[in-house]
Amino acid sequence: MIPEVGQFALMLALGLALVQATLPLLGAWRGVPEWIAVARPAARAQSLFVLLALLCLTYAFLTNDFSVAYVAENSNTALPWFYRIGAVWGAHEGSLLLWASILSVWTLVVTFRSRSLPPDFTARVLGVMGWVSVGFLLFMLIASNPFTRMFPVPLNGRDLNPLLQNPGLVLHPPLLYMGYVGFVVPFAFAISALLDGRLDAAWARWSRPWTTAAWLFLTLGIAVGSWWSYSVLGWGGWWFWDPVENASFMPWLVGTALIHSLAVTDKRGAFKSWTVLLAIFAFSLSLLGTFLVRSGVLVSVHAFATDPRRGIFILMFLAVVVGLSLLLYAWRAPTVKGGGNFHVLSRETLLLVNNVLLISAAFAVLLGTLYPLILEGMAVGKISVGPPYFNTVFVPLTLPIVFLAAIGAGVRWKQQKLRPLLRYLWPPFVVCLAAGIGFSIWYTGEVRALVIVAVVSAFWVMLLSARDIWGRIRRNLAGANRWYRVPRHVLGMTLAHFGLGVFVLGVTLAGTGSMEKDVNMAPGDSVSLAGYTFRFEGVTKLRGPNYTATQGAVSVSRDGHRVALLHPQKRVYIVQTSPMTEAGIQSGLFRDLYVSLGDPTGGGAWAMRIYYKPMVRWIWLGALFMALGGLVAALDRRYRLTVARGAAPAPRTPVPPAHPVPVSPGNP
Amino acid sequence: MRRLYPLLLLLLLMPAVPAVRAASPAAAPTVPTSGFTNPREDARYHALLKNLRCLVCQNESLQDSQAGLAKDLRREVRDQMRQGKSNRDIVRYLVARYGDFVLYRPPLMHSTYLLWFGPFIGLLIGIVVLVALVRKRARAPDGEPPPDGARKRLVELLRDREGPKT
Repeated sequence: MIPEVGQFALMLALGLALVQATLPLLGAWRGVPEWIAVARPAARAQSLFVLLALLCLTYAFLTNDFSVAYVAENSNTALPWFYRIGAVWGAHEGSLLLWASILSVWTLVVTFRSRSLPPDFTARVLGVMGWVSVGFLLFMLIASNPFTRMFPVPLNGRDLNPLLQNPGLVLHPPLLYMGYVGFVVPFAFAISALLDGRLDAAWARWSRPWTTAAWLFLTLGIAVGSWWSYSVLGWGGWWFWDPVENASFMPWLVGTALIHSLAVTDKRGAFKSWTVLLAIFAFSLSLLGTFLVRSGVLVSVHAFATDPRRGIFILMFLAVVVGLSLLLYAWRAPTVKGGGNFHVLSRETLLLVNNVLLISAAFAVLLGTLYPLILEGMAVGKISVGPPYFNTVFVPLTLPIVFLAAIGAGVRWKQQKLRPLLRYLWPPFVVCLAAGIGFSIWYTGEVRALVIVAVVSAFWVMLLSARDIWGRIRRNLAGANRWYRVPRHVLGMTLAHFGLGVFVLGVTLAGTGSMEKDVNMAPGDSVSLAGYTFRFEGVTKLRGPNYTATQGAVSVSRDGHRVALLHPQKRVYIVQTSPMTEAGIQSGLFRDLYVSLGDPTGGGAWAMRIYYKPMVRWIWLGALFMALGGLVAALDRRYRLTVARGAAPAPRTPVPPAHPVPVSPGNP
Repeated sequence: MRRLYPLLLLLLLMPAVPAVRAASPAAAPTVPTSGFTNPREDARYHALLKNLRCLVCQNESLQDSQAGLAKDLRREVRDQMRQGKSNRDIVRYLVARYGDFVLYRPPLMHSTYLLWFGPFIGLLIGIVVLVALVRKRARAPDGEPPPDGARKRLVELLRDREGPKT
């Protein structure tokens, strides 16, 4: 009964989405207030029905309703309840329902947080989002229905893919989708502004907090995914440039570019058409990511659902969205006149450089991801594009960004005089150069140019960010402001830039300092690595709720003192019988000790892989700083606007126009 | 702040991070899975495997894969190394048998020119456009942004509660 309710809720949602997608847009076009007023209620009702469907599917999982084919294929009575919740999005149909549900969450938030926007604009935004909902709901109902019943009903389910049975499953997909799908909001804003014909600074200011919010979720989602693969796959790495990883990284790169370009459009009214294009690209790449992962065109660890028919639907949807958006863009954008002038040395120029580099980097990732598919499609040959390619091409394109991020934040809008800038920059630069070179050589024991450049850049952006905040606090202490009154969007930016430095430092030092050994060990054997002695104490058998495991015990000591007891596992899940590794990790701020258990090699000995990974936590710490920066910036009060327009509902308490809007250029 | 720099310099130069030590020789009884007791050979073996793809897996390197074919190929690589073959010989052998697909670093050839140079061509185009744009904007007469209504509308629409900015 409940699955039918879910099915019916999806159908109702589709109907409501069609209303949401048509009437408000027509109303905004023809100027019919009644039709415009339909936007909010239709959007809310549509969203609630999609969320109801998600609840129904979750209920089916929790109650082990194996008459639902999707549940039977991805769950089992022995599966712990929290993984049963995660299993809701553990495969294709449920992932799409999660996609649609998160789109509903964003839609709901837009309906509540858009009171200050002109009603016709909101109607257009919700209308555009409605079309996206229509696409995904149709797709679900036609080709990937999660509620399809199955007869005869199996006694038990086929269990969730063992690879996914990890706490990461509960966090990673929802966070990632919040980011992916979140880019629909700036996209809808951009399309509405194009339809409206008024691309202006107000539009950019409205878009900013939404873009930043989506970006911060995407950052978190990618970071959690990376941490998950590090702790499970047993290969000790945190990023493999797998096509599915790339699929989430491309929207991140373009979204980052969008955040910076929106800043220029908001503050200086420039680069409008470029910003719109980026908003379209960011969302298109999110859709492309969905296509790559969901269609099964990729052969990768993540593509656990494959069905070409579905691929074609998403591809067509993608083509329609991108095609129509670009057509609209080509039609409307040429009429947009660019904002203020600026000099060669100005923050505008530096932000343009940032955009050129970020987009080139995104292009590199796109090429590397799609190239094997294209070559294979054209029957030219089969190649693999893996980490060596990306490390060669991507790093030179992105390192300058790290270096420039530090400078850009201190450069004035419109025009910056060179001398004061140099006077401001040279002392920290000398410090970073000396410290970076000294540190790199001491750390690696040799002179490696790339490591030095990376470490210097990381120090540079961290030091300048810290200095910037310190300078503002000091000025506040000296002036009339309270010391902590740093504008939040500035504080957020600085935190994110600092996080970038932390991240780059982590990547560089973990990459160059990691050590590993592949050894055969019998109980009682020991091996030393990086000053630690790893002693294999033997294995024991374990029974989990739905697996059996062989658990190794490895004690780690240093200078005779025991520092850790690691328990790497090798699990065999009862239903799907595939072996899975669970690494034994002791993490620390400055180093991880990591052991993964291989196969038995006879005579009680086991193949084992032992890693010493310095600074690896800084990679995720950096991402956390970035996300925190995003959160702080998105909550800036300057984005919470009121409308002083006749059409808007009158403010309950009339706010006196105390302060003129600070639109003078050059405002920090 | 400036007085702080020497201090900062000192702090940065002696971080709490343990330096990378030279790998100390393994304790006697443990045998590397590679069978190479010489650490340099062992390192060479693993470096080679990391850049080779397991052909039957879903995007895993020969180093990480547990598949049967990967085990066979690891043995093959090991045997060839024992015969004194160079990395280049071994890679050439694998490519002859399995094609370029086995390489994680795609070779530079006609069909991969775009792959290898595309991003930098993109960067070049970006720089050219950027220079042209910046020159145009810099040459244009100074002054406020053209009154295209944007600023006016912003003033009309927004009432910032934050007050005058720093």
